[in-house]
Amino acid sequence: MPSSSGSSGQTLGPLINGKRSLLHELCSGVKVPSWARSSDVCLAWPFPLALLLCWFLISHFEWLPMQILPSPLLVVDTFFDILGTGELQTHTWISFKRVLAGFALGCGLGLMLGVVMGLSETARDYLYPTFKIFAQVPSLGWLPLLMMLVGLEEALKIILISKSAFVPITLNTFNGLRSVPTRYIEVARAFEFSRYQLLTKVVFPSAFPPIWNGVRYGLTHAWLALVGVELLASTEGLGYLIVWGRQLFQLDLVLAAVFVIGFIGLLLDKVLGLVESHILRWRKAAF
Amino acid sequence: MKSLLHHLAVTFQKHDLRGWVLPLLALLVWQTVTWFEWVDTRLIVPPGGVFAVAHAEMQSSAFWLGVAASLGRDLLGFALGSIAGIVFGCALALSRVANSLLSPSFHVIRQISLFAWVPLLSVYLGYGELSKLVLIALAVFYPVALSTHEGVAGIERKWLEVARVYEFNRKQFVWRLLLPAASPQIFTGLQLGLIYAWLGTIGAEFLLRSYDTIGLGETIFRGRAAFNIELIVFGMLVVGLVGYLLSQGAMHFERQALRWRSSY
Repeated sequence: MPSSSGSSGQTLGPLINGKRSLLHELCSGVKVPSWARSSDVCLAWPFPLALLLCWFLISHFEWLPMQILPSPLLVVDTFFDILGTGELQTHTWISFKRVLAGFALGCGLGLMLGVVMGLSETARDYLYPTFKIFAQVPSLGWLPLLMMLVGLEEALKIILISKSAFVPITLNTFNGLRSVPTRYIEVARAFEFSRYQLLTKVVFPSAFPPIWNGVRYGLTHAWLALVGVELLASTEGLGYLIVWGRQLFQLDLVLAAVFVIGFIGLLLDKVLGLVESHILRWRKAAF
Repeated sequence: MKSLLHHLAVTFQKHDLRGWVLPLLALLVWQTVTWFEWVDTRLIVPPGGVFAVAHAEMQSSAFWLGVAASLGRDLLGFALGSIAGIVFGCALALSRVANSLLSPSFHVIRQISLFAWVPLLSVYLGYGELSKLVLIALAVFYPVALSTHEGVAGIERKWLEVARVYEFNRKQFVWRLLLPAASPQIFTGLQLGLIYAWLGTIGAEFLLRSYDTIGLGETIFRGRAAFNIELIVFGMLVVGLVGYLLSQGAMHFERQALRWRSSY
């Protein structure tokens, strides 16, 4: 590679003070502030409980027709019903496999492209504008064209999900690598690190938090795209379960599926957060 | 002639043209494979066909009405969602009780994928304009609320004390201290919100379609129904272009609005 350690200082430096691009802001999202964790646990309950009570009262006195707002008990019943028949597990498993395959593909490609663009200035100059054009069309906008080109089978879902994960992961990897502080690299150079040492001991550890942030957002976007694509073009999966319930006007089924989708989204986010704090243990030890 | 060459050379140096290599190469490959019919040209349509459709569509008023309808929907939903997000974010940041009461629920509900709300919205609000606007506003609400909270919570105590010394009334407190001090984060949230609004608009037009909906999503679906791939590709290009112009416009607006900050 022509841009050896001689020019890498310039490659990695200049974005530190530069304004972050909008796309980057989109994909790194907004950090959840610490108040989310530190707030009073007791005070967290009144609001959802009040909501539940309202729901219960409305359905109990039938202020709204049952078809429009089924009782919470019916939703719980339906949940255990589809759990008992195994229907829920089947659909969840199908959705989960799709997300996993699409996410793995998008994550792999995104990391690759992000690393290439982050480390080589030449690659960035050639690839970045095209990438930006590619990222402009929202994931769902690709759906009609892909439907025509690859049909309605699994490939459609996996391509669309991987596209949604690909964009934030590429951007965060790219920006993370480019914003490694120049002084770290200067220190590494003073210690005469080889290029391999520079990358594994300085550049990647320093860029890890933004890259991981990108991975988290990639997974969130993948989950979003999954539900979108299953609503529009699927005969299986959690999104389809919602559509089906809607068509039969069984809102208890719809609500149960929506809760499952929210729960899995929450779970995925929490798991990645835990992995992050596990991998970044070394950072806390320093202070 | 010489001056022209010189001019070209200067232009070349001023703008990095290497970014154009890949798109032009892709266009060339696209043209070649369709020209020699190495692929099924019913599926991979030639670029010329897309240009022809683009030309025809741009002559028709229906197309421009569709663009205007999508844009209007997008901006109205964006306005609703961002106002709600700013108010909610401020409330959480200013009141400890509101924060403890609402923020845990907010963070759980946030995890429900946006499009999962679509079937419920269609039951409660139908397939009309209202349900589309609510979906777009919901897409905008989360990022704006989060970053407004972050911005307001980060206001320094000493500024608050200065405001107390000058005996700011409630109105002055909001317009002179709160919003200006939190404006960089609020703008970040608004820009994110604008991008999500466009995603929400396209999603709403695909998922909450009724017979009288007009918009870009409808244009694309019309192409799909008629197996008119040129129209689909053209629609996608317009969607991308509008998204790009929206985000550029927002960036320009932010620069103008935040000019008073010396650090900008």
